[in-house]
Amino acid sequence: MKVEQHQKGTRLVIDILFSFLKISPTTFGGGYAMIPAIEKEIVDNRKWLNETEMSDVLSISGSAPGGIGINAATFIGYRLHGIKGSIAAVVGMSLPTFLIVFILGLFFSFFSDNEKVNAAFKGIQIAIIALVSYAGYKMAKTSIYDKSTFLTLIITLFLLIYLKVPPMIVIVAGGFAGILIMKVKTQLGYFKNVTNDQKSKEQYKYTDYYMGDGI
Amino acid sequence: MWELFWTFMKIGFVSFGGGYAMIPVIEHEVSIHQWMNEAQFVKAIAIAGMSPGPIAINTATYIGYSILDIWGAIVATLGMLIPSLLIMILIASLLYKVFHHDIVKSVFYGLRPVITALIIFAALIMATNSTLYSSFSWDLIVNLFIFIMALYLLIRHHKHPLLIIVLSGLVGMAFFG
Repeated sequence: MKVEQHQKGTRLVIDILFSFLKISPTTFGGGYAMIPAIEKEIVDNRKWLNETEMSDVLSISGSAPGGIGINAATFIGYRLHGIKGSIAAVVGMSLPTFLIVFILGLFFSFFSDNEKVNAAFKGIQIAIIALVSYAGYKMAKTSIYDKSTFLTLIITLFLLIYLKVPPMIVIVAGGFAGILIMKVKTQLGYFKNVTNDQKSKEQYKYTDYYMGDGI
Repeated sequence: MWELFWTFMKIGFVSFGGGYAMIPVIEHEVSIHQWMNEAQFVKAIAIAGMSPGPIAINTATYIGYSILDIWGAIVATLGMLIPSLLIMILIASLLYKVFHHDIVKSVFYGLRPVITALIIFAALIMATNSTLYSSFSWDLIVNLFIFIMALYLLIRHHKHPLLIIVLSGLVGMAFFG
């Protein structure tokens, strides 16, 4: 009996590993691009979670630090088979992309003196600026919706550009600022804006599926 | 190597929002440690964006690789992954309910605009370091063309970032090669 259960557990760990190995290489663009692929495998194919559980998993994974794909994998793995399950899921999720980045790195270091390749990177550099600007624009649409969020944005930009405050400190301060602002607002008797939370997340899940910028 | 691991672990803990929001955070650390120059960093992001998987983790893998080869790649990737793993296990086992709490909501109320500012800041840094911020030249015209095309395809046609990267690479090859 015990041996049987043990085998079942091992089997499940292997299944988790393979499911995520399969999802990972198809997730170009990271972040929200992974959601449809994860849902299809976990909910439709394996039937490990139902739709409601899945949307819970996604909303939590989206707000914790780290990539939403990796977080969702950890969470799903943990729910299925504890810590072993979560490690299997993360390994499955990261191994293929790790190898691909590694091989691309090797490939491009081989061509680092090639004029054509360097010319291509000059073009790509500009495209990345456009991609980042677009991510900023998308993010602003869902995160800036009242005076205090706008003010926070401006102050943060000022701190970053003129005072050269390290980004990591700005992030931590942002969390505390949020608590402070909400405290003050509650004291003054406004509640309204906190609920934008859920709405923006729902929107994000499907329309902006490929940008890893939503939290 | 320890330094590399520790740095990416710190980044992992604050990587709310993931993806492009983490570019300035990684950039800051990379330039403090003098691991890469600007051109190499841009290459790192380009390669990360070309590969499947999360941009931030891919960037870590590539930066680790370029500093300390395969071990660097492994160490940087693990450093980025471990905080997510720990935090998610903690949430899954204990804090599942707490997560809907008001404090958490307030934290995100402050975090979201900060993350937005970071992304805008990333775009600004990269633009000032590129030829987009130079005097009139042939390069500038080509770059403006790529920039506007890329934004147009993204906003109007919702094209996939991978396609944008490949196209701009081809345009770069055609004009600068």
